[in-house]
Amino acid sequence: MLHPITAVHYLALSAALLLIGTVGVLVRRNIVIILMSIELILNGVNINLIAFSKYFHNVIGQIFAIFVITVAVAEAAVGLGILIALFRNRKTVVADEVNLLKW
Amino acid sequence: MSFLDQIWLIPLFPLFSAAVMLLVGRKLDPQGELSESALAPELATAKPAGQPPHTASHRSFWGRTIISLMCPGMVLMSFLFSVGAVIQLTAKPEKVHQVVLYTWLAGLPFHTIVGAITDFSADFGFLLDPLSAVMILVVTCVGFLIHVYSIGYMGHEGGYYRFFGYMNLFVFFMLMLVLANNYLLLFVGWEGVGLCSYLLIGFYFHKKSASNAANKAFIVNRIGDAGFILGMLLMFSVFGTARFLDVNQVLHSGRFAAETTGFGVLSLMALLLFVGATGKSAQFPLYVWLPDAMEGPTPVSALIHAATMVTAGVYMVARSSALFQLVPHTSTIVAAIGAFTAILAASIALVQNDIKRVLAYSTVSQLGYMFMACGVGAYWAAIFHLYTHAFFKALLFLGAGSVIHALGGEQDMRKMGGLKEKIPVTHWTMFIASLAISGIPGFAGFFSKDEILWQTYSSPQGSIVLYVVGLITAAMTAFYMWRLMAMTFYGPSRVAEEAAAHVHESPAVMAVPLTVLAAGSVLAGWIGLPKVWSVFPDLFRVFERWLEPVLAAGSSGAAEAASHMASTEWFLMCLSVAVALCGIWLARYLYVLRPAAADSVARWAGGLYEVLVHKWYVDEIYDAVFVEGAAKGGGSLLAAVDNKVIDGGVNGAGLLARLGSVISIWWDTWIVDGSVRLLAFLVKTSSYPMRILQTGYVQFYALVFVLGVLVFLAYYMMR
Repeated sequence: MLHPITAVHYLALSAALLLIGTVGVLVRRNIVIILMSIELILNGVNINLIAFSKYFHNVIGQIFAIFVITVAVAEAAVGLGILIALFRNRKTVVADEVNLLKW
Repeated sequence: MSFLDQIWLIPLFPLFSAAVMLLVGRKLDPQGELSESALAPELATAKPAGQPPHTASHRSFWGRTIISLMCPGMVLMSFLFSVGAVIQLTAKPEKVHQVVLYTWLAGLPFHTIVGAITDFSADFGFLLDPLSAVMILVVTCVGFLIHVYSIGYMGHEGGYYRFFGYMNLFVFFMLMLVLANNYLLLFVGWEGVGLCSYLLIGFYFHKKSASNAANKAFIVNRIGDAGFILGMLLMFSVFGTARFLDVNQVLHSGRFAAETTGFGVLSLMALLLFVGATGKSAQFPLYVWLPDAMEGPTPVSALIHAATMVTAGVYMVARSSALFQLVPHTSTIVAAIGAFTAILAASIALVQNDIKRVLAYSTVSQLGYMFMACGVGAYWAAIFHLYTHAFFKALLFLGAGSVIHALGGEQDMRKMGGLKEKIPVTHWTMFIASLAISGIPGFAGFFSKDEILWQTYSSPQGSIVLYVVGLITAAMTAFYMWRLMAMTFYGPSRVAEEAAAHVHESPAVMAVPLTVLAAGSVLAGWIGLPKVWSVFPDLFRVFERWLEPVLAAGSSGAAEAASHMASTEWFLMCLSVAVALCGIWLARYLYVLRPAAADSVARWAGGLYEVLVHKWYVDEIYDAVFVEGAAKGGGSLLAAVDNKVIDGGVNGAGLLARLGSVISIWWDTWIVDGSVRLLAFLVKTSSYPMRILQTGYVQFYALVFVLGVLVFLAYYMMR
């Protein structure tokens, strides 16, 4: 027998995605993976927004989610652009090798 | 068209062509500068003798044609405008027309010496009245003829465009001088003609003597100009204005009494103005520059140093006649200086051998006549002589130029002679001019010179001494002029073999101006006949009547009418003519009929002859007193003061400054720099804990970020 999917499931999924994304950002050294992890974080947030939107019968959450997707696309485009520029100059996509911005 | 309102255009025409010449003239005349052979003879001979490239000479031809048409053309335009303006002036009842373009200098109000409040201001304004009318006609007419003559005379010279540029600039400044409506603008023209005179005397600047002469002219004129400036400033502070019309109005109003007994402020003012005039018009003691000015090209001598510029002083004194009329003592000084200069210069001219120098001293002497006339109050006679003199003296100079041209540059009269048949036009025109300057009845010079002599005798301010000096000068004038004629044109030829082969009459472009000026030298005098001659007084005394509204009453009028005796005037006239004829005969006797006699006279006169040849040693005296004495002696004195006192002071100051700088260095290094470094050190040390947080690893920052979020979350959850 299948349990009905409730808000708790959504929130659990959302929290899981957020956690996986955060850990990914912190521990992976490849900037491509870091960018992918950021996408996971954003999608976790989106799921959270839509879940509450359905729960409260309020459409604002969905609108917000669309905004987040839009911004995420822009962020991915800019981020990948920076990444390509970086690779051309430094021949690397490893975050630890890019530490010029220190004292 | 109203020429009267457009008189400001008259000076503008020559200014335009002067600007074109001096800015782009070099382009018009590509091989235009003084030829290399003149600048460096040894280079020219080393070069292979080849024709200049055809294109260059072709361009040069057209460029020179443009220059030759434009420069005299612009002066001709000025002349035509002047004629138009003067004709329209005669139609005006008050015979004065003033055009003020704008206020050129505007200043603050101040108190004059007599207490009135007035504004210091000077217009850029033009005044046409009978006096300036005479002047602009003379300047533009003679100026045009001399420009035309120069086309021929300067045709083979380098620097063609430069010559015409300076000449037109000169005409511009001269017209500004005579058309100005106030003393300050007159002074602008006054200095401008001085500048052009300097530039043209030094035209052959590669010649040391020419550049020295230019410097001498400029420096001697500065002395006179200093007097002029002081006179002008005094005039400002007394009258509060420099406008001719206003000054005359003040003087005629009777606020200032005539200074018949003492030597007051007006006398001083007039004397200072006269000092300016002595510089420009080459009067004793400042005449020494004019003979040296003959280093310039001959047309320059004719235009600037005979006909126009040197008469500016006479014009200025006549312009100030209302002032000079109130100061009999200064007027006496003017007459005395004039008479002294006249006889001094004439005596020097008796023995000079350079054809242009004879004419230069003659000019000085004739200017002395003019000042003599001014001094006795016969201003119109001075202007009359100025006007006739412009014709015959310009003609004499141009004729001399023609002779020099014919002989290929020879100026020494001892190497001339017998030229009458070879250059007939030059001879006959100079013949007429010599008759005119000698004062033979019927020629222009006779009328003006006789009027001056008569006025020196008959005027209330005149005296028998002045008359006698004038008469002796007239005799000398006749003598030296006919000595010049005899040595140049008559007797046996003493011309060097080489030059004699090339003797030729000047081209038409030079001969025509000579002829026109010769006509002027005959006819110019007939508008001012002597009183005793005039059957129709109004018809034949036009000149005096014409100038009456401008010039101070002077000797004409009641006083003269009382002393006027026809028989005396006839007698004096005959006397002066007789004296002139004696001079001519003597010159002919000594230099044509009995050439050996001249030498024996010179030997007999001995010491006097030597003194005259050395020009009364005036140049030597000036050299000893001013150049050696004041300038060099003063210079060595100044050098001693400079070495000991001024240099000592400077060295002491330098030592003090070095001491001060040592202290300053210590202070700068340890206190100023030290405090700055200390501050930097403190900041650096204290910032160390913060620095180690800045790792540069982006994930380290993200971790700190996340930890921060967790801390806040924890805080809000625990609460």
